[in-house]
Amino acid sequence: MTKTFYTKTSYIKTSLKSLSLASVALAAFALPAMAAESSSNSLIIYTYESFTAEWGPGPSIEKAFEGNCACDLQFVSVADGVALLNRIKIEGANTEADIVLGLDTNLTSEATATGLFAPHKIAGSLAKNVPGGWSDANFLPYDFGWFAVVYDTEALETPPKSLGELVDGNPEEKIIIQDPRTSTPGLGLLLWVKQVYGEKAPEAWAKLSKRVLTVTPGWSEAYGLFTSGEAPMVLSYTTSPAYHMIAEGKNRYQAAAFEEGHYLQIEVAGMTNKGANNPLAAKFMAFMLSPGFQNEVPEKNWMMPAADTSAPLNPVFGQMVQPAKSLIFSSEDVAKNRETWVKEWLNAFGK
Amino acid sequence: MSAVLLKDVFFAHDGAPQMHFNFEVSQGDRLAIMGASGSGKSTLLNLLAGFETPQSGSIQFSNIDLTNVEPALRPVSILFQDNNLFGHLTINQNIGLGLAPRLHLTKLQNDAVNSVLAKVGLARLGKRLPSELSGGERQRAALARALLRDRPVLLLDEPFAALGPAMRIEMLDLVLELQLEKMLTVIMVTHNPDDAEYFATRVGFVEASSLLSTMPATILNDPPKGSALSTYLGTKLPRFSA
Amino acid sequence: MAFAALGFLALLAGGALLALGVAALQSPKVISTAFDSYFLRIAGFTLWQATLSTLLSILPAILVARALHRHPVFIGRSLIIRLMALPLALPALIAALGLLALLGRAGILAPFLTWGFGARWPGIYGLSGILLAHVFFNMPLATRLFLAALDAVPQDHWRLAAQLGFKPLSRFRLLEWPAIKSAMPGIALIVFLLCATSFTLVLTLGGGPQATTIEVAIYQALRFDYAPMRAVAFALVQLVFAFGLALMASRFVLVERSQNIDVSSAKLMPPSGAERLINRVLIGAAIVLIVSPMLAILMRGLQADIIKLATQNSVITATLTSLILAISASLAAFLIVVSLLSARSSAIREFAAGGGGILLSVSPIVIGAGWFIALQGIINPLKAAPVIIVAVNTMMALPFVLRALSPSWAASRARHDRLAASLGLRGFRRFRIVEGVALRAPIFAALAFGAALSLGDLGVVALFGSDSLQTLPSLLFARLGSYRSDDAAGLALLLMLLCLGLLWLADSLSQKETLR
Repeated sequence: MTKTFYTKTSYIKTSLKSLSLASVALAAFALPAMAAESSSNSLIIYTYESFTAEWGPGPSIEKAFEGNCACDLQFVSVADGVALLNRIKIEGANTEADIVLGLDTNLTSEATATGLFAPHKIAGSLAKNVPGGWSDANFLPYDFGWFAVVYDTEALETPPKSLGELVDGNPEEKIIIQDPRTSTPGLGLLLWVKQVYGEKAPEAWAKLSKRVLTVTPGWSEAYGLFTSGEAPMVLSYTTSPAYHMIAEGKNRYQAAAFEEGHYLQIEVAGMTNKGANNPLAAKFMAFMLSPGFQNEVPEKNWMMPAADTSAPLNPVFGQMVQPAKSLIFSSEDVAKNRETWVKEWLNAFGK
Repeated sequence: MSAVLLKDVFFAHDGAPQMHFNFEVSQGDRLAIMGASGSGKSTLLNLLAGFETPQSGSIQFSNIDLTNVEPALRPVSILFQDNNLFGHLTINQNIGLGLAPRLHLTKLQNDAVNSVLAKVGLARLGKRLPSELSGGERQRAALARALLRDRPVLLLDEPFAALGPAMRIEMLDLVLELQLEKMLTVIMVTHNPDDAEYFATRVGFVEASSLLSTMPATILNDPPKGSALSTYLGTKLPRFSA
Repeated sequence: MAFAALGFLALLAGGALLALGVAALQSPKVISTAFDSYFLRIAGFTLWQATLSTLLSILPAILVARALHRHPVFIGRSLIIRLMALPLALPALIAALGLLALLGRAGILAPFLTWGFGARWPGIYGLSGILLAHVFFNMPLATRLFLAALDAVPQDHWRLAAQLGFKPLSRFRLLEWPAIKSAMPGIALIVFLLCATSFTLVLTLGGGPQATTIEVAIYQALRFDYAPMRAVAFALVQLVFAFGLALMASRFVLVERSQNIDVSSAKLMPPSGAERLINRVLIGAAIVLIVSPMLAILMRGLQADIIKLATQNSVITATLTSLILAISASLAAFLIVVSLLSARSSAIREFAAGGGGILLSVSPIVIGAGWFIALQGIINPLKAAPVIIVAVNTMMALPFVLRALSPSWAASRARHDRLAASLGLRGFRRFRIVEGVALRAPIFAALAFGAALSLGDLGVVALFGSDSLQTLPSLLFARLGSYRSDDAAGLALLLMLLCLGLLWLADSLSQKETLR
């Protein structure tokens, strides 16, 4: 009999070994995927994913900007504009972002309230294409578009000519919309109906709900169902048909022009307090309204450019619905009333 | 010096009566543990092997208290009635585990495995899986491993109960031979008085969940009239002759 | 080791909730609005649809599992069982699109249904759609788990039953039902919680905001309103609720009684002609349910230029990233499961067996957001993103890995514990020599299953963003989000094939010998 009969160390050693094996395995897998380090001569822009995707405007804009600054432009992208705002709220003053690009006017009031943004000091009039002009001190538009009902010409012969017709129309002809609790277009339609119907909005929603095939959490789900033929109509943008016509050569999907006008979405960028100390940030804000940036907007972001492009737009954009009137709530109104209006929507829909 | 000492060991399974063990086994003894089914014979071996921990009392091997020491570190080897071998490992690997739990055997260790296999009469069967062996051969293999581990106390939990009479005697002879060679202390649980009589030097009878003393094996020939042991053994059947 | 594993899980879930709570205190938003009539309504709907979904998934699963168990050998059997791991690995939207491609208003079957219906087929929107989708996801899962439970019944019991001349009914009552019954609470809990925390499916197929689960409210609170306190409140409700359910379920869990790890076969008692027919119909129906939406995904996916897609750099990178994350998560879940199942304290083992499912009630977005906030300011959360994704996926995969492994692990313990202890085999050494070899097949199956599950995960951190970390599902959504629905369909097909390949690989690896 030897002393080893009394020791327990072998057991403890084995446990430790398997534990450390686990962490080593985790670390080894995780490390290569980690992000690159930022350097001093760099500009960090937070934006949404479809902007930086390989087919989005991000890559060519990065190239164009880096071409005359000898610097490093880095995009950090999140799912969409709402996620962008939350990301900034969470990071607070610690944010790495110099510029936040991709909020819309429904969010700017909340974004300003964070106190994290600095004035851009660029004349709003430079965004000369934006309907209604522009005057916000902290945020500058780079593109805009209108929400619209996009329909399938092969499934629907007579599209609604107004929001009223959409609300009162045949319940058998369905539309797919998005949930205002979880998506930007969904919130857009909510505001649109509010603009047109005011106090009567709940009644309008009660009627419209009979035409709604389903309410999806986001635009992607809705549009996916629409293109697979589930419903003849979907809530999207006036410029959606341009994609199908230019990229696919298909005229099948068209937007319906509504007499009451269309709700306007303006996409903006703002400079953070950190960016205010980075000369590159101001340079980029100015660059944003120049053709170097604007050229990439129409056929890569599929929105209308806020300022001049160097060449005329593809004629297809001329065929898009040109709204008789642009409808929009002020950012403050949206921030103040959103919760109430969403509740109103929930109740009306339930009936 | 006592090889094994149980000092007022108390133990109870949930809801079962409390068991009490208090006895010792001398170095080189062969103790047969008998008793009715469910009397606690196997629990006693589990306590000795370290699969169960007593509620109170101490278990000593060579006067060292090992009550709370884990099974593998006790100076004992144990043979069960079944499942003595890993079904997915070869006989060689199963036996090799007795020497090198990592299964990386040196040349020397391999030779040791082969010689012990030969000793139990299983030479050339080392590459087989347990399922390819007979019941007796499997127990031989298990015994070979116990031999290789070279622990001074050998616990046998009815390991030969499933074997035929001839095979059983053969196995008992093998254990006897090894016991004498290594001066092992053997504690064997058995139901079979003949086995006990043939093999044991001492007998312990578990009665009313306790075992407080052991007796010389000769008592099996002439159990005290009216004792629990004699009731257990019953009367030997008269030989029927035509 | 087991305590370390439990601690890790508690830290992962508790830390996230704590971080959210602290964040909520820093930016106070009224919590009083959290529990209003709206909340009660969605809580009611959550329970109602989850209960129905569970019943509709579990009952057929029992019949199908029994049928598969009664026919241990037929061509395509292993393929079917492998396919049953697939639905859960698909992102919810892909599965929904697959189902709609069949049963939607424009689905392949719509003309026939319109004809049979006498009016325009309305599609499967509303409760029926939610239920159907949940059955598609969970019935195959439950079938696999029930089959594992039946396979763990000792061979001797079947022999005994054959010897005693059991009629089918007594065989069911005395052998099959006890095995099913003891596995039922755990399986039902998993399915129930999966359905209760369902999000995309409920919204997409639900038809309107009447169909809303608590998970939607959590998502809204975190993602859209950024009201961490409300999210924490909802998350706690879900957690308490799941805990109650798990406690209830654990009262019904029977002691695992398997003594044998041989895969049992019903060769001893061949099914009668009538039973044969019924079993064929059952298995056939299950195949139709599982395979037809997948075929729809396949057909839709083939319309995309798969070759071109598969050679794109972004797709290759995303595929590799997804694989690495999924395999890490699966391995981590496996390590935790093994340390729980090997725990010496039976209390831990019982907790693991009964309560592992509780983890499903902690929504991934809560964990992701919580840790994002917690790490914020300490290290760059972007760099921690892979770790958070792996950690969250580990937690999500854990209940499944646990369920898949625990019957055979318990059987192995019953058989090998004393022998291993007497030989001093413990910790990793015991694993390498005993379970690692004896349970090779179930281990690889559980690993592959866990990886497949994580593969389809959209990646919680995608919600808060990380440029450097594009997974296959997030790439798929990105393509869909920029009109490229053909690409998305192709990627869905790719994802499905990847899962299948993973399960295949595990299967063939488990056949190979080691330890020679």
